[in-house]
Amino acid sequence: MCLAIPTQIQSIDDRRMATVVLGGVEREVSLVMTPEAQVGDYVLIHTGYAISLMDPDEAQASLEAFAELAAIQEGLEGG
Amino acid sequence: MKYIDEFRNPTLARKLIAQMRRAIPAAAPPIHLMEFCGGHTHAIFHFGLRQMLAGQVALHSGPGCPVCVTAAADLDRAIALADAPDLRGRVILATFGDMLRVPGSHGTLQEARARGADVRVVYSPLDALALARQHPAREVIFLGVGFETTAPGIAATLLQAEDEGWPNFSVLSLHKLTPPAMRAILDAGEVALDGIIGPGHVSAVIGSQAWDFLPREYGMACAVAGFEPLDILSAIAALVAAARAGAPAVINRYGRSVQPEGNPAAQAMLERAFAVGPAMWRGFGEIPASGLHLRESLAHRDAARRFPVAVTTRPEPPGCRCGEVLRGVLAPDECALFGRVCTPRAPVGPCMVSAEGACAAHFKYGDTILA
Repeated sequence: MCLAIPTQIQSIDDRRMATVVLGGVEREVSLVMTPEAQVGDYVLIHTGYAISLMDPDEAQASLEAFAELAAIQEGLEGG
Repeated sequence: MKYIDEFRNPTLARKLIAQMRRAIPAAAPPIHLMEFCGGHTHAIFHFGLRQMLAGQVALHSGPGCPVCVTAAADLDRAIALADAPDLRGRVILATFGDMLRVPGSHGTLQEARARGADVRVVYSPLDALALARQHPAREVIFLGVGFETTAPGIAATLLQAEDEGWPNFSVLSLHKLTPPAMRAILDAGEVALDGIIGPGHVSAVIGSQAWDFLPREYGMACAVAGFEPLDILSAIAALVAAARAGAPAVINRYGRSVQPEGNPAAQAMLERAFAVGPAMWRGFGEIPASGLHLRESLAHRDAARRFPVAVTTRPEPPGCRCGEVLRGVLAPDECALFGRVCTPRAPVGPCMVSAEGACAAHFKYGDTILA
């Protein structure tokens, strides 16, 4: 029920409705809850509304942390 | 897909698991965690994470499946709105697809539809408002089910209906708040836990700091997690570390989507449309201050007030132990009906209906191993 999908904003009209592609299908979603979102940004879509503007720096930081942990583990497995 | 595929890397996942296994001494008792959210339950089973952590980390499914915790009496009322003789033909009941097969006391919405009730499945509450525009002579009632993730969209749609002046759009709000349910579980003390995997998309709205009461009042660690394997494993690793160090805290492991303060615009929508009041939860009974009811200013859009219907609710089906499953007290396969009488094809209780229900996840993916 709380499933939300990250997707990129293709365009925004003057009612803050955005065009996005969800599962290969173009849809209109409301950006009324992400007032700062712009074309090109990724937002989390839930039941036709963007509920969160995604933070690319935080995503990168998480991935780097995973990679670092994996490297430590590789070192342990190798040694 | 960006923000999904890279968080599903199986090689990295295996390394994280190996590291976690190494961090927990072999003789140590297992660390007990609850994943609150049904989306996490589904992902944990889908990716086979339980089996990969077995023996060291025990995962208990919580009540975070809105369909599952909808009380039979509330569902009976929803079905009556679509199916009562004086309303049939006048009402279009719109709801999310998950709700169709959930059993009330006298059957499901799907069965009511087969009898001729006008029940429509929509992807978004905005689609229900579009139905109200298309059918100005009919009453469109949206059956609103869901937690803090879903309720802001319903709030926004209600406010839009108000702005656009469609009098024939109303909502039966069965929306519920998650922190009071978390408190109810911990207050009951029926399941011993070392930490909680916090719901990611609920937290995108209410903020990770909404869980600060867990370490402060209950000494319980909470790691907010996304829904991909690396997200969940990283949250579990954080909870294992917190439990071993005896240092409970709220840890946000879903920083790409969750801010400490949440989404202020979504919270403002909730505030404008809803007032907090008691709600009935399947498995729990009434939990105070856990439901979202339409504000007085929107009373004319409150389907419960506009269309009073009489319902007689029967006790739960004999043998169904969904309530205990929802409280994390009972594992699905400990229920005598599981897999024999109760299957996804012929579900007895709601936990077997919803894809996010613990019983359905257990049935579908019981023995999956991460590929």
